[in-house]
Amino acid sequence: MAHAYTPGLRVTDHAVIRRTRRLPLPGTVLVETGKTLTAETPVARTELPGNVQTVNVASLLGVHQSDIADCMIKKEGDPVEAGEVIASTKSFFGLFRAKCTSPTKGSIESISAITGQVLLREPPIPVEVEAYVDGTVVEVLPREGVVMETSGAFVQGIFGIGGETAGVLHRLAESPKDPLTEAAIGPECKGKVVFGGSQVTGKALEKAVKMGARGVIVGGIDDQDLRAFLGYDLGVAITGSEEKGVTLVITEGFGRMAMARRTFDLLCSHEGRKCSINGATQIRAGVMRPEVVIPILGERVAAPASAVSEGLKIGSPVRGIREPYFGRLGTVSGLPPELQLLETEAKVRVLAVRFDGTEEDAILPRANVEMIEG
Amino acid sequence: MSEKTEIRSVLATDCGSTTTKAILIEKRGEEYRLIVRGEAPTTVEAPFEDVTRGVLNAVMEVEELSGRKLLDGERIITPQRGEDGVDLYLSTSSAGGGLQMMVFGVVKSMTGESAERAALGAGAIVMDIIASNDGRLPHEKVKRIRDLRPDMILLSGGIDGGTTTHVVELAELIAAADPKARLGAGYLLPIIYAGNKNAREIIEERLGSKTALVITDNIRPVLERENLGPARQAVHDLFMEHVMAHAPGYKKLMTWTPVPIMPTPAAVGSIIQTIAHNEKINVIGVDIGGATTDVFSDYGGTFNRTVSANLGMSYSISNVLAEAGIANVMRWVAFGADEVDIRNRIKNKMIRPTTIPQTLEELELEQAISREALRLAFEQHKHLAVGLKGVQQERTISDTFEQSVSGETIINLMALDLLVGSGGVLSHAPRRVQSASMMVDAFLPEGLTHLAVDSIFMMPQLGVLATRHEKAATEVFEKDCLIPLGAVVAPVGPCKEGQRAVEIRGKTSKGQAIQGAVDFGQMAIVPLAAGETAEVEIVPGRGLDVGAGKGRTRAAEIRGGVVGVILDGRGRRPFGLPEDPKRRVERLREWAAALDLYPKAGAKSPVPAAARS
Repeated sequence: MAHAYTPGLRVTDHAVIRRTRRLPLPGTVLVETGKTLTAETPVARTELPGNVQTVNVASLLGVHQSDIADCMIKKEGDPVEAGEVIASTKSFFGLFRAKCTSPTKGSIESISAITGQVLLREPPIPVEVEAYVDGTVVEVLPREGVVMETSGAFVQGIFGIGGETAGVLHRLAESPKDPLTEAAIGPECKGKVVFGGSQVTGKALEKAVKMGARGVIVGGIDDQDLRAFLGYDLGVAITGSEEKGVTLVITEGFGRMAMARRTFDLLCSHEGRKCSINGATQIRAGVMRPEVVIPILGERVAAPASAVSEGLKIGSPVRGIREPYFGRLGTVSGLPPELQLLETEAKVRVLAVRFDGTEEDAILPRANVEMIEG
Repeated sequence: MSEKTEIRSVLATDCGSTTTKAILIEKRGEEYRLIVRGEAPTTVEAPFEDVTRGVLNAVMEVEELSGRKLLDGERIITPQRGEDGVDLYLSTSSAGGGLQMMVFGVVKSMTGESAERAALGAGAIVMDIIASNDGRLPHEKVKRIRDLRPDMILLSGGIDGGTTTHVVELAELIAAADPKARLGAGYLLPIIYAGNKNAREIIEERLGSKTALVITDNIRPVLERENLGPARQAVHDLFMEHVMAHAPGYKKLMTWTPVPIMPTPAAVGSIIQTIAHNEKINVIGVDIGGATTDVFSDYGGTFNRTVSANLGMSYSISNVLAEAGIANVMRWVAFGADEVDIRNRIKNKMIRPTTIPQTLEELELEQAISREALRLAFEQHKHLAVGLKGVQQERTISDTFEQSVSGETIINLMALDLLVGSGGVLSHAPRRVQSASMMVDAFLPEGLTHLAVDSIFMMPQLGVLATRHEKAATEVFEKDCLIPLGAVVAPVGPCKEGQRAVEIRGKTSKGQAIQGAVDFGQMAIVPLAAGETAEVEIVPGRGLDVGAGKGRTRAAEIRGGVVGVILDGRGRRPFGLPEDPKRRVERLREWAAALDLYPKAGAKSPVPAAARS
């Protein structure tokens, strides 16, 4: 039978997590295999070519583009200081009539007789890559970076924004059903990754930024709030490069969605521990979901189970992922093979689910449940 | 080919971005017929990361439904042995969420914009436009290239003979980034250089060894002219050669079939052209998928295809909302719902793209969004289908400040004979009239237009089959694939409330009278079954046009279908829905009732009432 179900997101207390840390350009690796590091430790460093600035010398000096070579005091490759004269015109009497200065420290990259522009390259920019998770270096990628390994708890979110960060887990909601409110966020959240229950509002996110929280983990968010927070409507789910001052990990979906009890309990059990989070999401081939990594150093955990699950069975824990059962949790109670008619009159493969707290089986299209995977 | 006549059975799959569809065709007597169809979620993504898993799952469903053994372990049995296996296996693919590209240009509003148009026209999603003047620092650009991991890069910049510095600098940024391709880590990223021809040598030097570099004609040879064709062709070629070949599992899939795996849009296009050519008619086809919507047109033998890479019903559904705006989506919704809820539902579909509507409200909402996706995709098509000039458009420097595309479209809706719909939301609509309604609302056909839908979404498979066995493809296409919906009659021109919009009268091929009329703002269906035709007079209201001129009666033959003849008195040019929300909802309900669009409330449903929102 076709496996018409959606593989679930991982929520587990015991996982071995490996993350590759690569420089944007080849450089120097700063650590060795076997070293135990904290998330903030730089593991590799390089220098990126400096920013390029253009100076329209021909226009500034009032000469034809093809004449600028004669006016240049500095040549290609020469170092320059900010404010230093790089080109000038001369009068018949040998007096300076017009001059052109460098807006920045750097070097002359190129002089174009076609555009009349001079390109200035600013000094190289040092770039570092950090370990991202507290853990051990298990492999060095020469000149590129390292592979970090850690063991501990791991939670995959469904959607997020913002990049990598780390901080101590701090609970802001009493239960997974409670929203994460603006009022709950105070100065004690500074530098922490806060987590709440069902929903975070735009105002609460702004307060989290103001208070210096590093990350927010929550069940849901209204799309309208996300749009207001980002300043634009998200079209295609490719995120991670937002720089809003906080990383957001949504565990359930859009709207007010109680965080899955298992996720909430797991986060609660690790309150006070340091975690690393990343909001980067890409919902297409090579799918990337946001994540929360809670390293438990010094504790050995079992090797990760095979990533491919066996599929739906009677008793499999599932989550409804579409109205009218969105966000509800339960177990599979029947897998009828024949197609069934929905309210929409579509005939599809269905399954029966006994949702938590109910006495009755609900019938859902198989496509509308997600397995809960450990 | 000699084996054509010996082929007794064909299995064909289409690996879509969301679902993999398999069809089994058998020769029964002297003709080829569709036997069964199966489907399964596409498995390009984690945790499977192997497209063949989804193919096998879909084929297993075909096995179950047909009772025919097709698999030997994890291999498709070919050729047919006794009653087992098939003689031919074929596949098409659009999996992987479409083609994702980054484009580079020197000046963002000039070569950057041209590069974007070239990539969009070739069917790509443009992930980012990097330009020398986009305000970002070089290291930020380098990081962006690495973070996004595009399938392909289009590098342009400079006019032929102009300065080479800036475009070379962009090439150096790409070289510095040493980008890795999105699918498959171990291969070189395809890069198309379509910039200043004087820089080719130095670009080759910078990128030749690090990337799979292809050099093609400059997309902006002079400032005033774009030449997008060669770059678009290069995008298509590289997509097959590099991207698809490295998508998870495709190498294995390629060994299963003797025919190259065809991109889904190309396969659908070949079928659309076949219809237009055989019937000598003007055809528009649309294929709305999860990530992309493709529009095809064949007008007087001129074929055009556009791919709206960011308009679709799952991965890209949120982008439909972003591009169309919530008001345009909501105008098609006939139930009260607040904006916050609608936005959340659409975003939830985006993050869980394989789910399907379970309630009527969800179905209505999804069909409302599809109307907007189709409308926007058609708008893009009209702008790009500007005839065979080889050059998409001439732009002067003053035009560069405008986003609109110049050039006259060849799409004349009054001259359109057939509109064909395909893709999940159209092919799988529970009622065929829903597909007709979505297409009519989105395309707003004028005069007399016939409508058809791909019955179970198999145009892609038949498109690729046509390249190998045209007889089998054509027979299945005519008998099992294309479902004639009927026709729509829509007068054009300004009309007033209460005024007669259009009337038809005539005789069917069975000798029965056929008659119907609507006033302005009304819709109606006149029954005319599939297989029947009717010779009719179409009488427009005063000042209105149905194709014979203002106020003139048009004689025409109408072919029937499962829906019948839709009389659409809502007006064209202008077409509009009532501004007043209450009146608009009333009107939507009237039209839905006139077309019998949805089941009546209270119909038997497996969803307990308590669970309804």
